[in-house]
Amino acid sequence: MATTIDVPVPGNLVEPFLRSERIPHIWCPGCGIGTTVNCFARALLNTKKDLRKVAVVSGIGCTGRVAGYVKLDSFHTTHGRAIPFATGLKLSRPDIDVVVYSGDGDLFAIGGNHLIHAARRNINLKVICVNNLIYAMTGGQTGPATPEDAITATAPFGAYEPAFNMPQLVEAAGASYVARWTTYHVKQLERSMTEMLSHDGFSFIEVLSPCPTLYQRRNKMGDGLDAMKFYKEKSKVRHGAPTSEIGLTRDGEIVVGKFVDRQRPDYVELMRRQLREHLGERFINDGVPTCC
Amino acid sequence: MLLTEIRIAGFGGQGVILAASVIGKAKSIFEGGFATMTQSFGPEARGGACSAQVILSDNPILYPYVTRPDVLITMSQEAFTRFSPELKPGGILIVEHDLVRITTLSGDVRVYSVPATRLAEELGRKMVLNIVMTGFFGAVTQLADEDSLRKAVADSVPAAFRELNRKAFDNGYKYGINLLERLADSPNGEADELISLLEV
Amino acid sequence: MQSDPRGVLTGTHFLDGDHACCEGALAAGARFASGYPITPSTEVVERFAARIPTVGGTFIQMEDELAASITLQGAVWGGAKAFTVTSGPGFSLMMEHVGYAVMTETPCVFVNVQRGGPSTGLPTLPAQADMMQARWGSHGDYQIIALCPKSPQECFDLTITAFNLAEQYRTPVFVMMDECVGHMTEKVIIPPAGQIEITPRRYTTAAPDQFQPYATGSDLVPDVPPIASGYSFHITGLTHDERGYPSMTPETQDHLVRRLQDKILNAVEKITLTEEENLNDAEVVVVSYGITSRVAQRAIDLARAKGIRAGKLRLITAWPFPDFKFRALASNGVRAFVVPELNLGQMAREVQRAAGGQSRVIPVTHAGGNVHQPEQILRAIEEALL
Repeated sequence: MATTIDVPVPGNLVEPFLRSERIPHIWCPGCGIGTTVNCFARALLNTKKDLRKVAVVSGIGCTGRVAGYVKLDSFHTTHGRAIPFATGLKLSRPDIDVVVYSGDGDLFAIGGNHLIHAARRNINLKVICVNNLIYAMTGGQTGPATPEDAITATAPFGAYEPAFNMPQLVEAAGASYVARWTTYHVKQLERSMTEMLSHDGFSFIEVLSPCPTLYQRRNKMGDGLDAMKFYKEKSKVRHGAPTSEIGLTRDGEIVVGKFVDRQRPDYVELMRRQLREHLGERFINDGVPTCC
Repeated sequence: MLLTEIRIAGFGGQGVILAASVIGKAKSIFEGGFATMTQSFGPEARGGACSAQVILSDNPILYPYVTRPDVLITMSQEAFTRFSPELKPGGILIVEHDLVRITTLSGDVRVYSVPATRLAEELGRKMVLNIVMTGFFGAVTQLADEDSLRKAVADSVPAAFRELNRKAFDNGYKYGINLLERLADSPNGEADELISLLEV
Repeated sequence: MQSDPRGVLTGTHFLDGDHACCEGALAAGARFASGYPITPSTEVVERFAARIPTVGGTFIQMEDELAASITLQGAVWGGAKAFTVTSGPGFSLMMEHVGYAVMTETPCVFVNVQRGGPSTGLPTLPAQADMMQARWGSHGDYQIIALCPKSPQECFDLTITAFNLAEQYRTPVFVMMDECVGHMTEKVIIPPAGQIEITPRRYTTAAPDQFQPYATGSDLVPDVPPIASGYSFHITGLTHDERGYPSMTPETQDHLVRRLQDKILNAVEKITLTEEENLNDAEVVVVSYGITSRVAQRAIDLARAKGIRAGKLRLITAWPFPDFKFRALASNGVRAFVVPELNLGQMAREVQRAAGGQSRVIPVTHAGGNVHQPEQILRAIEEALL
């Protein structure tokens, strides 16, 4: 006689962070974005932050959909403009942690100007850039991070534009925390995200992440699992590596680690210091009052 | 009072716009009338030539721009050359004595000249020539009350400069009153300054 | 509720329209502005930057108008009343975020000090040629509210009205100034704070687990969830259902887009502000807005002095267009509408549509750079009766 045993299903640690009613998500099998969200949820848990006071802002694209799946106050904005939206949110509520979660095309092409200016101002935003090397939502076109020689929908004979070296660009613009990992490095990524959430100032993590449907397939790089093997084989942890030396190529070494961790006064601090110095007691330092 | 159009012109740094603003304030705020001030903007208004227009009226002002000024105040030669042909027949021309040489002018214009820069320098601050000019304007045109002009000056300058500007206004106003008296006393109705000015 | 006295510069001032607009925003409760320099509108934020540190709030100069037009929306969701200010090319760059504010129902104010266009056009001179861009500039179907001040006093008054309408209907509201009004200095009376009525944000009173971000009552305007209060709300520019979640069905699209339209159109009579004179016996009605209405007034006065029965309909609210006013006048026997504007006939076309062929419509066009001569408008009034 068969016996039914109730096997207790272990609770999913990250489920409270997700809008379960919206699952299944739209991401393809083998896509790395979900892995980064998992790491992010764990990082939030690690910080023991009051989740009511954490907001996620995304732009447009596959990674832009993250805002729609996290059970936080979340904003899915326009293409490239997650950072300026987040800037307004952060300046009106400096007590809230504002995380910008978006992709390489959104943050570095259409939104590139905002990215470098936010880094220059050192606005206290936490930027997570999932770099899948192409525009995935629109069908795999060349992006600002596409490595030379990679085949894309708009570079059928291989890309020939040089790609951005993201960590170098944001460091040069003024970011005070810069790291890079791949979706193979889930523990390290979680740690880095945890660290970033407690860092004051403009912070940036690049996460190299596979797009099996469009990038891997066109470039004959296999599926999601093959991507993990590729990342494992090619990655080299070099904390503190000069960012000028860590540009990505199609098949070359992937330098990962934390490259920049420095203290610079952030925008709000600079603003308050200046206004207090010039206006003394007349300066009202209440931040932006909420209306009504 | 009918609608009166005034143009004040000079070069950047002379306080042309503040002078226009003081006149507009005097009329609209301290006399309960109406005033509309406009000014030239853009690259042409940064540093070089500078012009402000103010319209005074007892009724709401509809058309906002000055077309034929009743009063033209010029504080540079360039301003005189450019704007004096616009002056309405029978209008009033006020010139900065040391900065403007009257070259051509139609016959039916009343001309009043004041060394506003020198009067300002006597107070130790050349920058108040615009308020000297405003005082002089008040005296010779009587288009705004002396008292409301004084209030408008006090209202328009930082507290630390109020006394200096009050003196500047006084000096300009007195100079204007004296000039009017000399004009009235002069047997042929013209003051020496004015004659010498027109003979240049 | 009444205005917060900290932001209200009560008294009688001699201000230009740009500065008066800034004072209006402060009186309305705006405590955040993001901007990018552009002539002839920059003076608004220059004044805001000087005033806000002692009122309490923040100004940030952004890297471009794309940024400025969405930074303020981030601040709105953070709880602030916020606005941005621009002109000409900057207005074009902001259009995508007008659509975002419409779609996400973000209450905010866009001030456009209009200058001559297209492109760089006449940076330092007036035009009213962005009226259709204000109406249709962002892609998709939507309704918008736009107000047109004719004087510095109205730049103050109508900026407050704009903020109030933005909160009431949860929509971006345009203050459509022009270079002439923006740079013109006149007396501006700012009343005591207690006399300035402010529309508060419509925050929800529902508990987080009962709350649907885009569920509405009969006025079709949803309530706002407060940030950082456990509502875990989601805001997106994608077509969304009442939960705020993306939903790519024709049914959701139809329901949402019609609601966004109807919440404004259903209230058109409440939103419409006009200035009217002698409409009862008018044979010809001069329709004007903004700076042009001052010159039009002069023309109307001249016409009436000649015995012409000319009436005045000044649109303070340009959008939503008050069709009902024109329908009533047209069926009341008005022979012609004369429409002077500093463009080549943008609103005249609307008048034509609303009048439904019952009255003649005579545009008095002017490409900008100046204002009309009253005589031009007078000639059109006379021509209307031939």
